[in-house]
Amino acid sequence: MRQITRSLVLLGPLLILLALAYILPFLGILRWSVTLPEPGLGQYRAALSDPLILSVFWRTLRICAVVTVLSVSAGYAVALLWVWGGPVARLLTELCIFIPFWISVLTRAFGWLSILSNRGLVNSWLEGAGLIAEPLALVRNEFGVIVGMTHFLIPFAVFPIASAMRSVDERVLMAARGMGAGRARIFWQVFLPMTLPGVLGAALLVFVFSIGFFVTPAILGGGRSVMVAELIYLRIFQSPDWGLAAAVSVILMIAIAGFLALLLRKMTPGDAR
Amino acid sequence: MILQRPGRLAITLAIIVSLFLLLPLLAVVPVSFTPKRFLSLPEGEWSLRHYRALVENPAWGAGLWLSIRIGLISAALATTLATLFSLGMWMLRPRFGGVLMGVALLPMVAPPVVSALTLYFFLITLGQANDLVAYDTLAGVALAHTVMIAPFAVVLISVALAQVDRRIDLAARAMGAGVARRIFQVILPNIRFGLVSAFFLTFVLSWEEIAVTLFITSVDAVTLPRLMWMGLRDNIDPAIAAISVLLIVLVTLVAVSRALHAAWRGRKAG
Repeated sequence: MRQITRSLVLLGPLLILLALAYILPFLGILRWSVTLPEPGLGQYRAALSDPLILSVFWRTLRICAVVTVLSVSAGYAVALLWVWGGPVARLLTELCIFIPFWISVLTRAFGWLSILSNRGLVNSWLEGAGLIAEPLALVRNEFGVIVGMTHFLIPFAVFPIASAMRSVDERVLMAARGMGAGRARIFWQVFLPMTLPGVLGAALLVFVFSIGFFVTPAILGGGRSVMVAELIYLRIFQSPDWGLAAAVSVILMIAIAGFLALLLRKMTPGDAR
Repeated sequence: MILQRPGRLAITLAIIVSLFLLLPLLAVVPVSFTPKRFLSLPEGEWSLRHYRALVENPAWGAGLWLSIRIGLISAALATTLATLFSLGMWMLRPRFGGVLMGVALLPMVAPPVVSALTLYFFLITLGQANDLVAYDTLAGVALAHTVMIAPFAVVLISVALAQVDRRIDLAARAMGAGVARRIFQVILPNIRFGLVSAFFLTFVLSWEEIAVTLFITSVDAVTLPRLMWMGLRDNIDPAIAAISVLLIVLVTLVAVSRALHAAWRGRKAG
């Protein structure tokens, strides 16, 4: 009896809040998706057959795949210096990873606007140098979105990769060296395979994160290259079609749940239990 | 260690990526001093007008104050709820603990846009019954932020609890301490750093929150990020550059002083 009271007092408040403010409303969204504007699975059929919406899904997957490859490769290089560099290099890399990490997504997107927009740094310099007559279109397209998202996600890629690198046993590398392997061979045939689980974990994490991205694409895409999350926003606030927005949200949630299940299965073998 | 120092190619790549990471933060500095009313670089003449605008336009002060209040309320609520929950998980070890933990972490793993739509639905439904906790109100935003940031506090506090030696608690119990006493005099003092960092992290997360805030506010509860969003979407306002520079300077000062402090302590210890 006392056990039940204690559970209620300790575990209850947060779980009740989440049940009321998150789980129930999500069921409401689920209901919207099958009742608005009329009962049935029409919105799901529309979401999966309308060429406009399919092109948004396809663009989202394409952008997220490119961003994942870029941020994981960039993250690998930085992690290498962060984990294996000298003390000063390590301190500097750490600052380069953590300062952007703590700065809001809006500020970072604005920073890219300052660099890439028509009157931004790049175009001003190129025009000043007489290299171009017309400003280059660097934002309000997929290029800008990819640059901004990659910038946002590199720190998230660095953490799992760095932890995989830290757990590499140096004696294995020495053994490889002792048996006559050169630097390149040690890296490609010993070090990289040993850190591969971290790389895969980072890739899945970045990919899952990027799918639901909203702010960066909305600012740097300028309404031109709409991704799934922005589509939901537009269908709620600009050209209302709540049933469709709800259906797309449910599809997104299911997709993310699938990827997370994959991520958890990837993580569990490494769990020391 | 010497053996696997990164090669020249790896170092070059890492430096390029590090510069890429810093680039947008440096780029806002010149833009913030432009004398013009649109996003541009100052040509010859540098002006402080956009910094003055931050002080003179009352909207910025109001947004700042609102963000601080929402941040403090939701961080306090989230940290309290997360502390109770994590204590429950640690002390009672309930059956189906994995499922309960999954529910508690749900808002953190779900795509932000789905959470935003869900909380929008929650607040407009709640708004039909009362005017206080509703769409576009301070209390509504604070509650929505609490839901979004509580999982992060749960993670930090659970990690802190996992490092507490259970025998301390058993000893207190054997000496006849009740549950309240065990919690307040034995367990909480042992995880105080975890509690402080949970509060700090959740405050920063609420302070920066934009995806959910966009869905649940319109004209009344305009937080600082919401105000920045409005300046970014329509006509890009260089005042955003000025506020960005101030935020970047703040974060950089904290990060550098922490890094130096850690390095200094490391040297003292070693």
